[in-house]
Amino acid sequence: MSDKSTNGGLMGWIDARFPMTKMWEDHLSKYYAPKNFNFWYFFGSLALLVLVIQIVTGIFLTMHYKPDGEMAFTSVEYIMRDVDWGWLIRYLHSTGSSAFFIVVYLHMLRGMMYGSYQKPRELIWLFGMFIYLALMAEAFMGYLLPWGQMSYWGAQVIISLFGAIPVIGDDLTLWIRGDFVISDATLNRFFALHVVAVPLVLIMLVVMHILALHEVGSNNPEGIEIKKHKDENGIPLDGIPFHPYYSVKDIVGVVVFLILFSVVVFFMPEMGGYFLEHANFVPANQFQTPEHIAPVWYFTPYYAILRAVPDKLIGVIGMFAAIFVLFILPWIDRGKVHSIRYRSSAFKWLLVMFVISFIGLGYLGALPLSDSRTFFARVYSVGYFGFFLGLWWISKNEKTKPVPERIQ
Amino acid sequence: MKKVFIIVVGLLMPVLSWGAESTTYPNDKIEIDWDDKASMQRGARTFVNYCMGCHSAKYSRYNRVGVDLEISDDLMLDNLIFTTDINGDRTKAGELMNIAMTPVYGEQAFGVAPPDLSLVARSRGVNWLYNYLRGFYVDESRPLGMNNGVFENVAMPHVLVELQGYQKVKTIMQADGQGGEHEVIVGFELVKPGTQSKSEYDQTVLDLVAFLDYLAEPYKQTRKTVGTGVIIFLFILLILTYFLKKEYWKDVH
Repeated sequence: MSDKSTNGGLMGWIDARFPMTKMWEDHLSKYYAPKNFNFWYFFGSLALLVLVIQIVTGIFLTMHYKPDGEMAFTSVEYIMRDVDWGWLIRYLHSTGSSAFFIVVYLHMLRGMMYGSYQKPRELIWLFGMFIYLALMAEAFMGYLLPWGQMSYWGAQVIISLFGAIPVIGDDLTLWIRGDFVISDATLNRFFALHVVAVPLVLIMLVVMHILALHEVGSNNPEGIEIKKHKDENGIPLDGIPFHPYYSVKDIVGVVVFLILFSVVVFFMPEMGGYFLEHANFVPANQFQTPEHIAPVWYFTPYYAILRAVPDKLIGVIGMFAAIFVLFILPWIDRGKVHSIRYRSSAFKWLLVMFVISFIGLGYLGALPLSDSRTFFARVYSVGYFGFFLGLWWISKNEKTKPVPERIQ
Repeated sequence: MKKVFIIVVGLLMPVLSWGAESTTYPNDKIEIDWDDKASMQRGARTFVNYCMGCHSAKYSRYNRVGVDLEISDDLMLDNLIFTTDINGDRTKAGELMNIAMTPVYGEQAFGVAPPDLSLVARSRGVNWLYNYLRGFYVDESRPLGMNNGVFENVAMPHVLVELQGYQKVKTIMQADGQGGEHEVIVGFELVKPGTQSKSEYDQTVLDLVAFLDYLAEPYKQTRKTVGTGVIIFLFILLILTYFLKKEYWKDVH
């Protein structure tokens, strides 16, 4: 324990009973982060901010929302019209879900560019992937709650995917829905999972993600271990305390993010039908299928992979494989050099191909099917998986540039 | 970097270049002026007189409309509220804009129950509504003698026909790009005028759509006003936080 704790006073009293000062120092004032974080390093703290926005707005929405097949849609409109500032709370929450995926996708891309998943940070990446998985479950269940046509039919399509699993498929979908169709029972359990179970898992995983990060220390755009060069006090020479340096820097990022976030919340909350789909302003009707069912944009890359495969079961396997393969990325990449700055041009091209494929799949997954679209979805699917295969191949004997010892 | 950019754009090209879906007639675009409360008031009048016989607006309250469109409760009760509640009492200004027709009755009468219109401007869009309400034409093959250029074989009768009058459709044959041909509507011809001229009727529909746009999101204007203030505040905060960061980072080299 530090000297401060023996000083007495209120802090001394607390520190004798709870490691307050120690935690503050370990995670903020004496957590040494590399001094060269760039733009890409904002998205971690932003993801934490969006999580808080979602929890706080979610609590207020829960005060007025009714998880009932007869009343859910009406209660959302009640929030939009009769609850003071209800429209704002609802738009913050609906925009927040999309914002969450945007910052998480950029956060993940950062990890891929600078090799943040590589040894010794494999567990950080794994916890992060579990966060991503929990986030997808959270978003999927949350999207059912407004009980609009797209809520209903989107959930119908995604749950029916489990029906493609041999032998247990039908029983499994029945077990998930709690009924033979999506119904009040499904809505109730999704509500329970969305507001209690998954958020608890998410918060726990976020804590583990950050603890693991602070155990090994942060990576940086150069991909150099700052702990290799320490001064006589054991402080990394290229490190600076997270607080106040990165806390004040992250606040700038937070304000910029909030400006962009506000533009969407206040001026384009539907985001052209991508954040709030037009068909979701029609109450759920189990007898009327919408002309075109598309999942919300953050699921469309996987949906496009699913549709690109002619066989439903193989398509489902492909879709889950697309997510699973991200989990094992630390072991697919056999390279020793972390940062894209010092890796081969083959790696750069593979990453460019991956990003294009992911965006292309996301775009196609939101559109109705056609022959040419299916063709391109297949091309992009090959590009998506090709990245991992190519990375495994090239990383064994990759021609890398010399990595500097210290951050300049 | 430039080379990478060109290749990226090239690879995304097939994704970016797909065009729009097939078109319907009429296909005009409108802008709703949210400051024109008189237009929305006229739209509200048209809505309660012509639409609310069959269509509810059950998520909206009469006096919310009153406050937002600057209509007093008394004026509202005298001119816009024609319904009664389940006890047979006159609907009060604070109540939801429900109707007496049940969905079951509606389905028996029209084949589909007339949908609630509170949110129709958000699900269909204002342009669609503007074209749809001007798109009815005489078609003897339909049960009610009318069809629609935007919503083919729609179950709804043309309730505004006394205002617009009867129009006939002008069509041409057009190649569909797959070897076949199909009929495309290119215009309307008025065969029996209504009580309004074409421009008057267009204005009536525009007013009605403006009201429906309001009805779908009563707080649309408020959110933009609040949003402007929020963003101005955030820009000021950005300047302060930027210089705060700069001050702290002076000694980092």
